[in-house]
Amino acid sequence: MKGLLSWNVLSGILNTMIGLATPFLFAALGETFAQTAGVVNLGVDGIMLLSAFAAFYVTLSSGSLALGLLAALLVGLAMGLLMSFVSVTLKAEQGVSGIGLYMFGLGMSSLLFKVLIGTVKTVDGFKPIAIPLLSNLPFVGPILFRANILTYCAFLLVPASWWLLEKTNLGLKLKAVGQNPAAADSVGISVSRVRYLAVCMGAVLAGAAGASLSIAQLNLFQDNLTAGQGFIAVALVYFGGWRPVGVLAGALLFSVANSFQLWVQVLGVKVPSSLAVMLPYVLTILALTVTANRARQPAALNKPFERGES
Amino acid sequence: MKGKSKLIGLVLAALVATGAAAAPVKIAVIMPSATTDAAFSQSMWGALLSVQKELGGEAAISLKYTENMWNVPDAAAAIRDYASSGFDIVIAHGSQYGSSIQEIAKDFPKVTFAWGTDVNTYGLPNVYAYTAAAEQGGYVNGVLAAKLSKSKKIGVTGPIEVGDAKTYIDGFVQGVQSVDKTIVISKTWTGSFSDVALMTAAAQTHIASGADALTGSSQSVVGSIGAAKGKGGVLWFGTQADQAGLAPELVVASQVYDWTGMLKDILAKRKAGKLGGVAYTLTLDNAGLKVAYNPAYKLAAAVKAAGDAAISGISKGTIKVNP
Repeated sequence: MKGLLSWNVLSGILNTMIGLATPFLFAALGETFAQTAGVVNLGVDGIMLLSAFAAFYVTLSSGSLALGLLAALLVGLAMGLLMSFVSVTLKAEQGVSGIGLYMFGLGMSSLLFKVLIGTVKTVDGFKPIAIPLLSNLPFVGPILFRANILTYCAFLLVPASWWLLEKTNLGLKLKAVGQNPAAADSVGISVSRVRYLAVCMGAVLAGAAGASLSIAQLNLFQDNLTAGQGFIAVALVYFGGWRPVGVLAGALLFSVANSFQLWVQVLGVKVPSSLAVMLPYVLTILALTVTANRARQPAALNKPFERGES
Repeated sequence: MKGKSKLIGLVLAALVATGAAAAPVKIAVIMPSATTDAAFSQSMWGALLSVQKELGGEAAISLKYTENMWNVPDAAAAIRDYASSGFDIVIAHGSQYGSSIQEIAKDFPKVTFAWGTDVNTYGLPNVYAYTAAAEQGGYVNGVLAAKLSKSKKIGVTGPIEVGDAKTYIDGFVQGVQSVDKTIVISKTWTGSFSDVALMTAAAQTHIASGADALTGSSQSVVGSIGAAKGKGGVLWFGTQADQAGLAPELVVASQVYDWTGMLKDILAKRKAGKLGGVAYTLTLDNAGLKVAYNPAYKLAAAVKAAGDAAISGISKGTIKVNP
């Protein structure tokens, strides 16, 4: 237990936390946009999987990480359009549509992996970039300023998302169609168009989350690579109360708990491993319980919009 | 007329008999992960393909697989479907499938079932069981790791403390300690066979704590290998399948499960009319376990000699490794 209190271990815990939080931030912030506009997309994990595969395969084939990332974002966009078409245009039940999208992503990524690659391979992913001066700061420098480009983007996305939601016309429209789509419609806002945009923005960011796994952190692809991270990302949106800062807090809490339990085991602290691996989930459930009453869920969340119906 | 009918009957019987003899043996395998997992499932699928090729190709053996059966009820349904649709041998490749085999095998007495890793045939005449003495290769890898570690810190990543994942690691620890008892071995269990991201983070944590040699068991250790790949000087010791191809510069050796001998024996026994009732254990001595040195890694002769001595000692019984 004594070893856990050293600077070296603390630095290690926080460093691992930053890496683990990256895909959660992309996916959960994206889902925040979709849910703010009233659409629950439970297919985030499937989008992450297919995008992770696309990023990996294109990088493996072309040797270009930029092309790999672009492929992931385009796959995310395509799956976002599919989700939008089913849930917004066809007005299908959003939860079921999302599960269908997840299963499609899981199955298709597995099939393509088997047909196009065949076995586990690795690529040279995005390398850490040291920010001049800042990376030399004691303690925080190596933790915050020696990350790969996608990690920097994920964390910068938090203030960018806040700005978009709180300070722009688009943010107001997203909230309007998520809170009262009939009222938004009556003042000339196209509910369908805004929801399409929100879902697609979320899906593109889920694509970035997938890419962050396959070509930045793990540098490989394997069946079911995400292991359910997309579903945790959806939970983080509720945890964060549909606010980017809340999502950040949730992603960091879950990740630091995971990082902490890994260090507990590495240092040989006498805690059963089965208890240690439960820690992040127990903490998240506790935090969700504490924050549940303070959350402001969009009033029209999960409700298809039909003109003339209130 | 009567004689003519008899002759036609005899010819038809001969044709059917010829056709039956030429019909391939139908084998189905159900696996928890993908056939391409570079670990447990790939070891069995690779062995099946190898046996098929050796015994006459698709004309002799017809193979089907169902992969990613993490969910046991789904796997049980697949086992029953294969058994009821004319397959001769159904292999349930996962220790979690034991109770399903116990229940289903009774309903299909003419079908041979094989499952592992375990040694329990449940007293059923049509069930084979198989396991691997993973601790043996673990011991050899441990000896090599102890000889090569400069920091005297070694990290171990595993999924859950059960089955061959545990016995491999137990053997690895014994191997390390046989060389140097002062080496610090840290173990991390992620609680999941499939969470590659968490396994990667576990490996990164070991590296951050100073470990310069890593090992681990399960389908998700590809993440650990990926983590080690980005760090110069960190070595990897594999198990279940030859993992050298994942990172030729850092994989020193892999314990390889070679199920081919067992599969050929099951086929021979079935042909002789014995549908089950035997438990197999892969060992270094019966060549079911092999230690594959990575030819791309320049292993010092003295270290390789220590590894070979461990293999020889375990095979001859002069070195005892506790599972």
